[in-house]
Amino acid sequence: MNIQAVIERKLASDINALHLDVVNESNNHNVPAGSESHFKVVLVSEDFSGKPLLARHRMVNKILEEELQGKIHALALHTYTQAEWQDAFGTAPLSPPCLGGGK
Amino acid sequence: MDVLERIGKIVNDNPVVVFMKGTPQLPQCGFSSRTAEALMACGKEFAHVNVLADPEIFENLPRYADWPTFPQVYIKGELIGGCDITLEMFQKGDLQKMVAEAVDG
Repeated sequence: MNIQAVIERKLASDINALHLDVVNESNNHNVPAGSESHFKVVLVSEDFSGKPLLARHRMVNKILEEELQGKIHALALHTYTQAEWQDAFGTAPLSPPCLGGGK
Repeated sequence: MDVLERIGKIVNDNPVVVFMKGTPQLPQCGFSSRTAEALMACGKEFAHVNVLADPEIFENLPRYADWPTFPQVYIKGELIGGCDITLEMFQKGDLQKMVAEAVDG
C-alpha cells in the first residue's frame, strides 16, 4: 500500500471525519518524480471540538507517528470542526513553495 | 550540558524563539520561511536557531516537546506549534498579542 493510502486509512479509522483530504504535494518539492515525501492533510471532525490546535495536531501526529519517523518529510496539517470549516468556506490554506533545503 | 538541557535553556532564555531550517533572512524550507515571516510581522525581536547548522538539536528537538516536525515556535517556554498553527494564530491576531505580551511583559 502506498503511503498516501496508509495515511488516509489510519486517519479515517482513528478520527470520526466529516471531510478528509490527503494530498501528495511532493511534486512541488526537490524530490524525484513519484515521491511520497510531502503531504497536506485537511481534516474536518467534531472530535476536534473544544480542543486547541496544538492538541489537534498532537492527535494527528500520534496517529501518523510511524510515517513521521522518516517515511515522510513534511506534513501540512489543517484541522477544523464543522463550524470552523463552514467559516473557512471549505478551503484550507495553500502550502508554501519549496525553498530547496535538504533533510 | 546535555542537549535537552541546552534546548531548555534556549527556550527559557528567549521570550520568543523559532527552531527553523535556515535563518529568517535565508530560510531553507517553505514552512520555516512562512513561520519566520509571521514572527517578523509581529514587529518584535525574536530568537532563532538554524537546526540545519546544529545537528545535535536537529536530532533531539522532536523529543524535547514530543513534536515531530520543524519549524517549532516557543513563546515563554511553551511550544506554540509548527508552521500551520503559527500562521493560523497570526491570521486571527492571537500570535501578535502573545508575542507582544511575551516580549514587553
